Amino acid sequence: MNSTQERPLSPHLTIWKWGPAMLVSILHRVTGGALTVVGLAVLAWWLAAIAGGDEAYAGFTKIAGHWAGLTVLAGLTWAFWQHFFSGIRHLVLDTGAGFELRVNRFWAVMTLVGSLFATALTWYFLIGVGK
Amino acid sequence: MSQGESATPLGKVRGLGSSGEGGHHWLEERFTSVALVLLSLWLVFSILMLPVLDRATLKEWLGSAWGAIPMALLIIAAFKHGLDGLKVVVDDYVHDDGNRIGLHFALNMAAIAGAAISLFALAKIVFGAA
Repeated sequence: MNSTQERPLSPHLTIWKWGPAMLVSILHRVTGGALTVVGLAVLAWWLAAIAGGDEAYAGFTKIAGHWAGLTVLAGLTWAFWQHFFSGIRHLVLDTGAGFELRVNRFWAVMTLVGSLFATALTWYFLIGVGK
Repeated sequence: MSQGESATPLGKVRGLGSSGEGGHHWLEERFTSVALVLLSLWLVFSILMLPVLDRATLKEWLGSAWGAIPMALLIIAAFKHGLDGLKVVVDDYVHDDGNRIGLHFALNMAAIAGAAISLFALAKIVFGAA
């Protein structure tokens, strides 16, 4: 393609600092990747274990209930809620709304707050019901 | 690609994105994302509403229409959405056309295989073979 063609470059590419919108944008990609690679693998494994029989399911719960498994599942829960809230923010941004600096920053921060809160709530109910 | 003086503004920018195309792919990613907002919430709340998470309970839930149909839709939408997303990541970071197409091919196979395994497991549960 035209990658060798001279194109105008922004003179400000190296001048930046961290901001919530930037963090949330990067997290959207990272959590999306993790949910696809790890999350969907766990989903497929879980369904296959349920279909496979009592022994297969016991094998799944043994690993899922181990502290390492629980850490992965808790991480996936957070990744899910972060991607969920950030994704809804993106759908709103796609309409052209929410680009004013303060509004944009506020909702970027809210996805971070919301994902931590929702993760805590999900596990509170998951453990609270004694499963 | 000819980009002479006579090209229209659209003609000049067409094909310049990292993937070489995009409108259709971009829209599909949005369609599946809206479906997944509903289906993923359904999954979270369904799991939290179950009395226990043992195999018998899960089999009964997934064997019913209220479990099996949304789960089938979730599997299809999630693997399609994840595939679309990973393709965009590849488009952004892999600049060699050969590698890019090779990776797209591998991602397609992995996503289709994962969806097929999940749907087969679900079918086995629904039709009582599990």
